[in-house]
This record gives sequence, structure tokens and C-alpha cells, in this order.
Amino acid sequence: MVTLNEYLFLSALLFAIGLTGVMVRSNVIVIFMCLELMLSAANLSLVAFSRFGAIDGVPIYSAQVLVFFIVTVAAAEVAVGLAIIVAMYRAKRSTDVGDMVTMKN
Amino acid sequence: MPHLLFYLFAAFAVFGAFGVIINRNPVSSAFSLIACFVSIAALFIGMNAYFIGTIQVLVYTGAIMVLFLFIIMLLDLRAEERRPINLGSALAGLVVGLTFLAMAGAVLVRFPEGGRGMPDLASPSGSDVHELGRVIFTDFNFPLQIIAVLLVSATVGVVVLCKKELH
Repeated sequence: MVTLNEYLFLSALLFAIGLTGVMVRSNVIVIFMCLELMLSAANLSLVAFSRFGAIDGVPIYSAQVLVFFIVTVAAAEVAVGLAIIVAMYRAKRSTDVGDMVTMKN
Repeated sequence: MPHLLFYLFAAFAVFGAFGVIINRNPVSSAFSLIACFVSIAALFIGMNAYFIGTIQVLVYTGAIMVLFLFIIMLLDLRAEERRPINLGSALAGLVVGLTFLAMAGAVLVRFPEGGRGMPDLASPSGSDVHELGRVIFTDFNFPLQIIAVLLVSATVGVVVLCKKELH
């Protein structure tokens, strides 16, 4: 039998990999992908809590509705974020975060 | 869900996630992320969350990742492959990631409920779409309307952002 802790640890591991990716990579598109990975890792622990907290054989559906909303917001976020990246590429001809130094100077 | 399947899909998910940050080519990163998302969807279905598993595949791999790939092709990104890796940020990312993992592990070790297995379901093969729909349209009706407004405003925002500036 797979225990709740195994799911939660997998979720934490995926989240940590996403966090590392956000800090290590310099391509803004890959950073954005790592953000999506972190959202998905959070979803995994929500679904695990929903399934393992089942009362009288019925999973906690509120948690799954929350996952549904998170996926919706992620889709909207990706659309807006990629539009911003395209606008940024038009202005700077680059998607590297090292080239985005307007606020620094 | 049997142990073997759980570890198989967990390994796929972790390899996919590593592939995202290790690959130098953004297209390879995107395909690794697709593999990771599909494995996570398989884990969802293993937890009897059929609807969530389905929208994970449909929305994440079907819509979001295709959008990513489309943008990567549109911008034609090849320059990054020639850049050297920034050692300072690599070290910082590794330290932060490992610290987070250690903290989460320390919490999970002391979590008394964490050792229990999956409770049996009343109807293991029953459709959860029905129940989820009922919960969404009764308890979460107002958030659903807000999400609709959010999606419309995001669509309008994208159109405004992508429009060429009029001078």
C-alpha cells in the first residue's frame, strides 16, 4: 500500500526541482516552465490529501475543485506570461534574464 | 495503486522534471515537461481522480505545452546553448532546492497521519465527474463565476499585449 507520505514527498521533490530550475536557468521560457512544474507539484499533494482523507468512502471533492481552479488559473497565467515574453523579445531581441537590466541601471 | 506503478510513474515524473532544468535546448525542456505532466496525470488516475487526471492531460499537455512549443518555435531560440552556465546561480539554486527538500522531509517524518494507506472508496470505479460537477455548481458557484471573469480579462489582456503599438 502506498502511503500518504510517499505522495507528499514526491510532491515536495518535484517542487524543489522546479524551484532549483527557476534559480539556475537564465532562459525566461524555461523559468516559466519550472513555475508550471511547481504548480503541478502542489496539485499532486492536493489530490493526495483529497484521496487519503476520504470520509466514508467518499474523497474530499473540495480539494479536487481547488485543483480544477488552479489548472484554470495556470492556463490564463501562461497565456498572459507568454504574451509578455513575446513583447519582451520584440523590445530586447532576447529571452535571457541576464539581458533584462532596465531597472538595474 | 500498486507500489510498482507508483514508483514507475514517480520515477518518470522526477526524470522529466530533471530533464527540464538540465536540457540546454528549450524544445527538449518542453518535451521533458510533457513527460512529467503525463506521469503526474497517471498518478492522479491512480488516486481515482479521473476528471483531474483527464484535465491534466488535456489542459497542461494539450494546451499549455503546445502554447510553449509554439512560442519557442516563433522566437527561434538557439542563442542560449552557447552561453556558459552561471556557477553562482547554479550553486544557489542547488542550496535552496536541497534546503527546501530537507525542510519538507523533516516535516513529513514527524507527520503522524502520513503513514496511513489509501482508505477504500464506496464506488472505486464510479464516475467522479458527477460529484465534482455537483460540488462546483453548488458550493463553488461564486468562485466559478470569478474564474470566468478572470479568463475573459486574461484573453483581453493577451490581445492588448500582443497588438503592435500604434504610433
